Amino acid sequence: MSASVQSGGITRREALRRALAGIGGLAVFGARGLMGQDARATTQATQPRGAKAVIQIWMWGGPSHLDTFDPKPEAGSDYCGPLNKPIETNVPGIRICELLPLLAQHADKYAIIRSMTHGVNSHETAAYLVQTGRKPDRLVYPCVGAVVSLFKGYDRGYQACVPPYIVLTQPQGRFSEAGFLGQRYKPFATGGDPNQPRFAVEGIVAQDISDERQHRRRNLLHKLDTLGLAAPGNPHFQLLDQCEAGAYEMMFGEAGRLFDLAQEPAELRDRYGRNMFGQSCLMARRLVEAGVPYVTINYGGWDTHKRHFETMRRKLPELDAGLATLLVDLDQRGLLAHTIVWWSGEFGRTPRVQWEAPWNGGRGHWGDCFSALVAGGGFQRGKVVGASTATGEEVAERPVYPSDLIGSIYELLGIDPDGPLPNSRGLDVRLLPAPGTDAPSGGRLRELMPP
Amino acid sequence: MAFGRTIVIALIVSLAAGAPFASAQALSPFEADHWVTPPNVVDEHITAALAQHGLELANPCSDEVFIRRVYLDVIGTLPEPAEVQQFLEDGRLEKRSELIDRLLARDEFADYWALKWCDVLRVKSEFPINLWPNAVQAYHRWVRDAIANNKPYDQFARELLTSSGSNFRVPPANFYRAAAGHEPSALAAVVALTFMGSRVDTWPEKQRHNLEAFFSRLAFKSTGEWKEEIIYLDPAPRGPLDAVLPDGSSVRIEAGEDPRKVFADWLISAENPWFARAVVNRTWFWLMGRGIIHEPDDIRPDNPPSNPELLAVLERELLRAEFDLRAVYRLILRSRTYQQSSIARRDCPEAETLFAYYPVRRLDAEVLVDALCQVFGGPGESYTSAIPEPFTVIPKDQRTITLADGSITSPFLELFGRPPRDTGLMSERNNQPTRAQRLHLINSSHVQKKIENSPRLRKIVADNRKDRRKLISAIYMHLLSRSPTPEELDIAEEYFKTAGLLQRQAVDDLAWALINTKEFFYRH
Repeated sequence: MSASVQSGGITRREALRRALAGIGGLAVFGARGLMGQDARATTQATQPRGAKAVIQIWMWGGPSHLDTFDPKPEAGSDYCGPLNKPIETNVPGIRICELLPLLAQHADKYAIIRSMTHGVNSHETAAYLVQTGRKPDRLVYPCVGAVVSLFKGYDRGYQACVPPYIVLTQPQGRFSEAGFLGQRYKPFATGGDPNQPRFAVEGIVAQDISDERQHRRRNLLHKLDTLGLAAPGNPHFQLLDQCEAGAYEMMFGEAGRLFDLAQEPAELRDRYGRNMFGQSCLMARRLVEAGVPYVTINYGGWDTHKRHFETMRRKLPELDAGLATLLVDLDQRGLLAHTIVWWSGEFGRTPRVQWEAPWNGGRGHWGDCFSALVAGGGFQRGKVVGASTATGEEVAERPVYPSDLIGSIYELLGIDPDGPLPNSRGLDVRLLPAPGTDAPSGGRLRELMPP
Repeated sequence: MAFGRTIVIALIVSLAAGAPFASAQALSPFEADHWVTPPNVVDEHITAALAQHGLELANPCSDEVFIRRVYLDVIGTLPEPAEVQQFLEDGRLEKRSELIDRLLARDEFADYWALKWCDVLRVKSEFPINLWPNAVQAYHRWVRDAIANNKPYDQFARELLTSSGSNFRVPPANFYRAAAGHEPSALAAVVALTFMGSRVDTWPEKQRHNLEAFFSRLAFKSTGEWKEEIIYLDPAPRGPLDAVLPDGSSVRIEAGEDPRKVFADWLISAENPWFARAVVNRTWFWLMGRGIIHEPDDIRPDNPPSNPELLAVLERELLRAEFDLRAVYRLILRSRTYQQSSIARRDCPEAETLFAYYPVRRLDAEVLVDALCQVFGGPGESYTSAIPEPFTVIPKDQRTITLADGSITSPFLELFGRPPRDTGLMSERNNQPTRAQRLHLINSSHVQKKIENSPRLRKIVADNRKDRRKLISAIYMHLLSRSPTPEELDIAEEYFKTAGLLQRQAVDDLAWALINTKEFFYRH
């Protein structure tokens, strides 16, 4: 079999086009302009309602809510430290941290939830809770990405050239993303660094082996696959052959071009920020554009027990440029209407600054109250949900539990959060715990969702 | 005469059709033309079941296949070329059964089966088991020692079920600590799954509650030592406990008596219908790829064994050997059923469930990465753990199958479906191939670097500088534990002549191709 073979009677190009048709026929692939501006405008009008994809920005370590989207200048320097001059956004009444000026210009594109809560202060349990909507139990449940991969991936005819659930760039570790759903629903972690001249995606973009030599090797392998040739009817071997064909498609098909960020204008790349996070945001946009339903950007470095404010001054501008440009870029391409952007860590950080040694101005873990941001995919824009107390230590109004947020995301994706979670273990389980019975709930985000 | 000619013609016709008479020329390098191994009691029951479906065992596997297979199955390790040569040159009839005995006595046997048992027992520092590193190391060591010293399985189970004390100082006390919850229902579920191969959620509610009672007087308390926990019999209850065993018999347990001991003594008695059955079925699953009752940890009345007589034979063998599990290994490994080829006589669904051929299985994640490290040499793997712990820096020569902690991991192990050790279910180990796995072996920098920087490959090249065919044969022996067939030798030699290809590249490409064959990737 050659790398450009057909699968199930349709060519891969055709399969890709069909997958792309899933995002409202927006056949922009790779470079910005396979379709002209006018064509894009017309397709935008006919796009169906509802979300098709999620970009999850996972703020690994737990970002400070006070120093991002829930500033508390009135609480005094014991709470806000040197970051005490929040800025007005382009939505009257919404203020955010002074280190996020670009996001302040685009508050009309997202909603802030200031009343996230689960009360857990350990990384692993909180990370599990925020991404599965469940308290640890005897079973390990799949996270949102694995569930979306189950409902929108290979089982449902997904055919784009890369896997349906992608993590940029390293897997999260600490918890098994797919839980009891198993291997098939695990994310594909790209490895590599999109900010390098060549984004060496593990397995797809090989260093130093010419395409010619790759093809020669493959030919040699097929001739020497004596066991495979001796047992042609073995179903295990047939499955492996399918995997191999798929692997070569990823190496020599569109996937290689998809991961080639050099196809983007330099000016746009600059706006996203020439750093790993900024370029990951750009890569996420390209993936969603190609039909990938779930992309996680695993953005670490927020566990700021020490040197907190120095870290904020270094990292928040990076976050600001990457996230703001992503929202604008998605919006301009008509993708934001169908792409949920979900920004959250596993918790927030201690509102009262820990000035004492050994922290010397750090912030600890804080699960009682923290912030999340959602945009696109049907979530209303320019809104704030809930509120924290004057010091940001407690939820003051409208608590939002992780399962409330996740359930809302599922609803917008057309996945029934109250329905059964199909699985090969024969477990009779729901996607999410029943609101208010098995788990605390403040209700799904009706105030942000279309009626 | 005419009669004789008809037979000859029939033979020729059937040979031309490729079946069912195997001829010497038609055999692949994976098959042998006659049996050296005598049939045993396992084969008696397997062939009887096959005959009912008009099936028979596959051809015997060749010696080359046997040595690689039995190494991988018994010690999770590839044979070294010298070991293969020695075995192939040995002309004695008993060489296979002697090899089995040698492997059962090797250190790697304890390593590999400690790995399997630690999967079942959920030995892991981190979420959701949270044993933490000190306890993990102590517990893993205890399990490995039990296997190395051939602790009888009934005693192994009894110690796990009845131990009390600090989880740092009394390693088997971690058995209960590694349950996802400490309430009696969680403990009962773990006990039933581990030792009865049964899932309590399939039990009637009353029976489930009866089982829970035996674990209702267990208590846990922490100490001044970080993450240390003491497991002890709760002294508070004053009165006796009236309990009902899973077989329906009632028992009164006096205050101060440990109900776990009453349960354990019932469980491990020779008459217990669950205990021996669950473990011999598990063992069969591990060696033959599929339980006689399948899934091997879903034993229940409406999931009958595919071959009840065979299961009974294995149970009897375990009891005869006084719970020495090695006796069961021996019985299975010495059978023709185990030693048959993986090439089916014909492809039909029953052939696999009734064991009409040796089932091919992808190498376990840990075994696969060890195999790559073994054949190529060079720097070891790097590992990480989500929690800071002192054991993630693994010496270069330490094998992955010896890792104690399910929380110590690498992207490779995750990609290739190493079990998360969350539930103790056998299905957690996922050896299903995926596209991403294939990509990794075909085109990752990880594997590419192993090949390009391989000291072992360079040594083979240096030792065979003069003769290209010898070089190719040596690479074959090194990677696939056999010599190439004449056709393979010709194909490889032709490849070395590719214009513009350096010998070094040709060697790397051949090694790349061979580790990407099904022969390398699968136990076969």
